[in-house]
Amino acid sequence: MIQLESVSKVYRTGDAEVRALDNVDLTIDAGELVAIMGPSGSGKSTMMNILGCLDAPTSGRYLLDGIDVSGLDDDQLADIRGRKIGFVFQSYNLLSRTSAVVNVELPLLYARARSRRKLASAALREVGLSDRAHHLPNELSGGQQQRVAIARALVTEPAMLLADEPTGNLDSVTSGEIAQMLVKLSEAGRTVVLITHEAEIAAYAQRVIHLRDGRVVSDPNRPADSAPLAEVGE
Amino acid sequence: MNVGEAFKVAVRGLRANRLRSVLTMLGIMIGVAAVILLVALGNGTSARMNAQITSLGTNLIGVLQSRGSVAASGKSQPLTDKDVKALQQDGEAPRLLSVTPVKQASAVLNYQNALWRTSVFGSTQDYLAAFHRRMVAGSFFGDSDVRTSNRVVVLGDKPVQRLFGGHGAAALGQTIRIGRQSFQIVGVLDANGLNDDVAVMPISATRNYLVGGGDAVDQIVVEATSQATVPPAMDKVTRVLLDRHRVTNPSQKDFEVHSNLELLQQYTQLTDVFTLFLVAIAAISLLVGGIGVMNIMLVTVTERTREIGIRKAVGARRKAILKQFLIEAIVLAGIGGLVGVVVGVGLSLLGASVGASFGQFAPPELSTGSVVLAFTVSLCIGLFFGAYPANRAARMRPIDALRYE
Repeated sequence: MIQLESVSKVYRTGDAEVRALDNVDLTIDAGELVAIMGPSGSGKSTMMNILGCLDAPTSGRYLLDGIDVSGLDDDQLADIRGRKIGFVFQSYNLLSRTSAVVNVELPLLYARARSRRKLASAALREVGLSDRAHHLPNELSGGQQQRVAIARALVTEPAMLLADEPTGNLDSVTSGEIAQMLVKLSEAGRTVVLITHEAEIAAYAQRVIHLRDGRVVSDPNRPADSAPLAEVGE
Repeated sequence: MNVGEAFKVAVRGLRANRLRSVLTMLGIMIGVAAVILLVALGNGTSARMNAQITSLGTNLIGVLQSRGSVAASGKSQPLTDKDVKALQQDGEAPRLLSVTPVKQASAVLNYQNALWRTSVFGSTQDYLAAFHRRMVAGSFFGDSDVRTSNRVVVLGDKPVQRLFGGHGAAALGQTIRIGRQSFQIVGVLDANGLNDDVAVMPISATRNYLVGGGDAVDQIVVEATSQATVPPAMDKVTRVLLDRHRVTNPSQKDFEVHSNLELLQQYTQLTDVFTLFLVAIAAISLLVGGIGVMNIMLVTVTERTREIGIRKAVGARRKAILKQFLIEAIVLAGIGGLVGVVVGVGLSLLGASVGASFGQFAPPELSTGSVVLAFTVSLCIGLFFGAYPANRAARMRPIDALRYE
């Protein structure tokens, strides 16, 4: 279970203060497929950084799988990322010059797991890429690379799969396939958080949360909370 | 991630930029090879010098008339045959193997149309043994030649080269002019690398035909029974001569007593400084190589910012990133060092096997210590100069690193 309790993130650039996230409350249950949508500048990326434990909130509490991660230091956050979160990025972020299976092994390497090759092969089988295990990323298509990235995200059995614009670089057919795969994973019991600005991709999710100016403006689970449109402008 | 895995990752990183890695290694390689080769050259030169001095005999004691300061009495007596006799006849311990007078002169040797100026040593039949010399042709002059001022001469290697084209046998029995007199060549000395430009004749002949001058001698060479008895023998020589010259205050003595051992120690000191100097120069090139490692590692870290971001995103701690880049730097410097060891050792052995002399240097003599030291230093350079870039990588924030294009 993932819980954000009045989480805010404030950036200071010179004198200006930017509230990238403003008192966000959010609960995501295990096995849910949630899409987070919003225009650029809505706080989507900040949301993704905080959910992914890449950045710490300025205030508020973040409970991931029952662990309060708000006050952890860099190394503890690294451990949480390694064990609890699987990342899928828009640009795949695979290590070039490294074969698919070694890319999938990477999180296990830092988690000091045993029988890494076996687990990595199993994860590749799950995304249907067993026959491409020893190919380098540049020998794979975009869709295949993203599937390798999904296998890498799955290999540690994380509490949450965090996909940041996973179809942003793909054509519509491949995008559909990747979205289907995420749906299947959530049906198999994985929590998937999908950050996107494409409505047709978000449509695959059971629950779509809209962000605007750092606030949740619509969330089907909390209709009462649907705030009025925030004031526009700087 | 354990060290073995970090090592594999490091090697993969280095192989990705092969040319760059090789060029950086080259810097370290040259430094390490230079240290090994220069130390070997220094050792070789030092060893040759030691061998030369040792070949003269470490049990030798030389007595000279004082130069410079003169005793307060104003009297400075020359060393004479009487001093030699007193030393030979003194019965007190320790025993002296031999006491040999030497009278020095400079003269022109003339054979047919060839002329050669050389040092002439007038001495006794003990000269050969006292100076640890050997004959390559003929024989040394004997006691009767000394008593009768026979005009015979034994030539060193250099005059034989110059006057007889290096054929000792051809020189034997020939008559050459020394000064205004004819001398017969009875023998040729072997070359020892230090005292080859000489002609040795009976001391009486030197006095009669070249320099004249009573019973004075320029130097007395005393042989102690062994290296260990050199100090007591020096004391004895000093005591006997103080007594004979009637000097009561030892600080006012009019002669100087030296041992070859002292000379050896002075030379050893000299060559040590010389070797240290060479190593310092080589160390500078090693330092420059280290700066090259740091430079390349900084470039590598910047280039691989995104990789660092990915690794951090999937759970790499700071220490894991630090280790990865540190090991990469150490491997870079270590391989450079290893190749440097191979090149340095190879060149040293090659130089030693062909007996090459580089200018004033003797053939190199490899020392294991310098090889181990140079290689260890190359690893330390990797550690030292890799630390800053690796730390920079380790401290990157994952969100910034992931966003880096």
